[in-house]
Amino acid sequence: MNGEQIVTLAVNGRQRSVRTTPMTTLLTVLRDQLFLTGAKRGCNQGVCGACTILVDDQPVRGCLSLAINLVGRAITTVEGLTQQGEFKPIQQAFQEGGAVQCGFCTSGVLISTWALLRQNPRPSADQVRLALSGNLCRCSGYIKIIEAVCRAGERSRHE
Amino acid sequence: MNEVGRNLSRLDGGEKVSGRAAYVADLYRPGMLHGAILKSPHAHARIVSYDTSAALQLPGVACVLTGEDVSGGKFGPFIKDEHVLAKGKVRFAGEAVCIVAAEDEETARRATQLIDVTYDELPAVLSPKEAMAEGAPLVHEDNAANFRVFETKCGGNLAWECYFSEGDVDSAWATCDVIVENEFETQAQAHVAIEPCGALVEVDAHGRLSIWSANQSVFRVQANVCDALGLPMSRIRCVTPRVGGGFGNKMEMHVQGMTAALALATGRAVKMVLTREEDFELVRLRHPYKMRVRTGARGDGMLIAREVEAIIDCGAYGDDSPGVMGFSLWMARGPYRIANFRSLGRLYYTNKLRFGAFRGFGNPQVTFATETQLDEIAARLGIDPFDLRERNAVRAGDTWVGGAPIHSDGFVKCLNSARRASHWERRHQLVAAPSRRRALGMACTAHICGLLATGAIVRLLEDGTVVLNTGAVDIGQGSDTVLPQICADALRIPVERVALASPDTDGSPFNWGTTASRVTYMAGRAVLGAADAVINKIKEHAAEMLECGVSDLELREGGRVGIVGVPQKEVSFQDVSLRAHWAVGGPIIGADSLIYNKPTIDPKRTVVSGLPFPQIGVFSFNAVVCDVEIDEATGKATVLEAWSACDIGKAINPMSVEGQIQGGFVQGLGFALFEEMVWDGPRIVNPSLMDYKIATTLDVPDRIHPLLIEDPEPDGPFGAKGIGEIPICSVAPAIANGIAAATSVRLRKLPLTPERILTAILEHPTAE
Repeated sequence: MNGEQIVTLAVNGRQRSVRTTPMTTLLTVLRDQLFLTGAKRGCNQGVCGACTILVDDQPVRGCLSLAINLVGRAITTVEGLTQQGEFKPIQQAFQEGGAVQCGFCTSGVLISTWALLRQNPRPSADQVRLALSGNLCRCSGYIKIIEAVCRAGERSRHE
Repeated sequence: MNEVGRNLSRLDGGEKVSGRAAYVADLYRPGMLHGAILKSPHAHARIVSYDTSAALQLPGVACVLTGEDVSGGKFGPFIKDEHVLAKGKVRFAGEAVCIVAAEDEETARRATQLIDVTYDELPAVLSPKEAMAEGAPLVHEDNAANFRVFETKCGGNLAWECYFSEGDVDSAWATCDVIVENEFETQAQAHVAIEPCGALVEVDAHGRLSIWSANQSVFRVQANVCDALGLPMSRIRCVTPRVGGGFGNKMEMHVQGMTAALALATGRAVKMVLTREEDFELVRLRHPYKMRVRTGARGDGMLIAREVEAIIDCGAYGDDSPGVMGFSLWMARGPYRIANFRSLGRLYYTNKLRFGAFRGFGNPQVTFATETQLDEIAARLGIDPFDLRERNAVRAGDTWVGGAPIHSDGFVKCLNSARRASHWERRHQLVAAPSRRRALGMACTAHICGLLATGAIVRLLEDGTVVLNTGAVDIGQGSDTVLPQICADALRIPVERVALASPDTDGSPFNWGTTASRVTYMAGRAVLGAADAVINKIKEHAAEMLECGVSDLELREGGRVGIVGVPQKEVSFQDVSLRAHWAVGGPIIGADSLIYNKPTIDPKRTVVSGLPFPQIGVFSFNAVVCDVEIDEATGKATVLEAWSACDIGKAINPMSVEGQIQGGFVQGLGFALFEEMVWDGPRIVNPSLMDYKIATTLDVPDRIHPLLIEDPEPDGPFGAKGIGEIPICSVAPAIANGIAAATSVRLRKLPLTPERILTAILEHPTAE
């Protein structure tokens, strides 16, 4: 492949060597090379949000981010939320609150939520709606997702 | 502890929140090739020739197939009229013409662009109106000769005709004090499961195919691929990864046949996943309906007669269209006692993407029309919309059109619940914000969940834990949680002791599919039957072990069987199962299978032709109220709050039922207000999520109140019946009725866009 080079990316706290071209997206690298398939390809044009990934503290679209630009940045995928088998409160809140149906949007929604809660640990429902407005879900009608995020915010505040 | 009725977290929730759930696109096989599709640029054209040489020369390309290369027959659930790849001619823009397998996806896609197909363009028919015109070009020259699973009138571009009649409609109009008659139109809606359709096919050393795909039934995948490729069913094994939403679009074939053809041709594993654009352009959509509906009532509000005539766009292939049409015509009476009822539908082939199953199966289309008319009748007679419906509501002991029995008073309970919860009585005192108008609107519907065949197998493992195998695919609705709950409750063991086998045509009992709201009711019944068989065998062992009669035994909490009244005399499931596995009787396996076998139609009371479902039933009911606000400056309608009362018999998992109600409501909200697939001539112009809008967090009401009505269905598992589809069906008319109450304008064409609402308000500034 033209212009192919090996670069090192910091993914979920580990240094990973991957093959990229100037056109290779972060989503492709994560899925097809590192087999981190939690981020999903729902539209490949940055609309559905199923590929949302955290770069440093910012949620970005994996399908619109070029891997080669992310050297030296801290990349967190949904797989990185689970540490030593322990779920984060937000993962628990989703699971227990009926916020997960088919699950295809869940990874992206969780990453957007994670980014929101780091900036604003106790968001209002309206702030949650705004933060998740770029993540499409076709199953839930969003109600239980919004409730779960608010509940996780409450919970982390008490911890 | 009872497992049924408990808000158990989804059993697959952990893998989904950790990113470990594997959908078809997440599967990789050694040496796997990637498939890509060349789509037709024309709506209707004869294929003159193919030149695939340049594509084949591209490094990395393993195989190129055209319609001439794929042997096999035609497939289709109601009409066998479709080939895996266009053969001889193309019938819609976007139809798959050639397919490529290559070492990577990019190469495969590039190769499709190197294929040169010569077409001889034909005049296209792009609407039912054009299709029914004298001398119209034929979409299928062999239309009438194609195999149909039920008899119907067909020919020319008419694909199917269906008719129901009972009572004496023609005479009944004379006894009506008010008659409303209008035309209604609904749009094409796209499913937009967030997971695009895809398949992965692997060929083993014996030439046997394994197919993983985004699906709603591994058994339908198997049947379709076998028809399409001319293979015996025993040569194909269909399994399922996790499925990222299916609202009807994954029930019948999408890319499984194409992917299997590439795997057979190359002898290698092939994965093909559609892009979002392809998912819009070549799978299926909800049918646009054009309807003329006439409803008559007496001055006291009693409904006397209804007549429905529907013209339905089939698209280029039959798919589920005959079923959708027949079902919607059968549902068009609504959950009311209307003695004189007639409905007629005609389905026409056009040169457009096929239309097919979509949550509600034609019911949202007809319900929009019929529930709008009930609101108009209520207004004309000065009767409250709830009162009008309650006066005419079907009750237990009544029958549906044709004679199918209704076992539930759930409809009246839905009406009362929605009315009370929404504080309907305050509707005349609602306060609207400046330059807004605001009103409550309501509508109702019914749906079914008893249909076709299903089975279940329960196996007791040596340690007394259990494996449940039903063949039912969880598409996100939650059956992988609900069915184990039913099984565990029946066996009185904690749900943690029930493992669920993933659907597999080699090992699972047949299940027609996750469709028609049927899994909880149908598969649930089979699970109970299989669990009962296991309990009986356990008791036979226990009777011998405890030296007592079987009738002296009781099932005890936690997987034990003991003698009634003697607490210390008991054996565990493990004791019994070890004995069965190693000493006496053999492993304990319980199985059950059933088919819904209550006839739909009593020919002595109802005249019917073209009926696509001879056995269908088990009714659920629903009433929806929407608090609707309209912006006078823009015409935009917003639902501020909603209530949806659903009669589900018994909620096996109330939290999941609520999720179905809220999710269905929001999909209905999109159908009502903004979703529409648009054609410019032969081409779809908005096949992307940028141009086809579905609801986001900013479009949904702050509160959607699910109201669960539990009026037990006599033969349902723990009294349960279906919930999957009913929540979508009456959302559009509830919103439209709210708009009418707020603005005095009636809109009879969906979606209810700001432009349409504003134009209507401006045209009728002083309406009523």
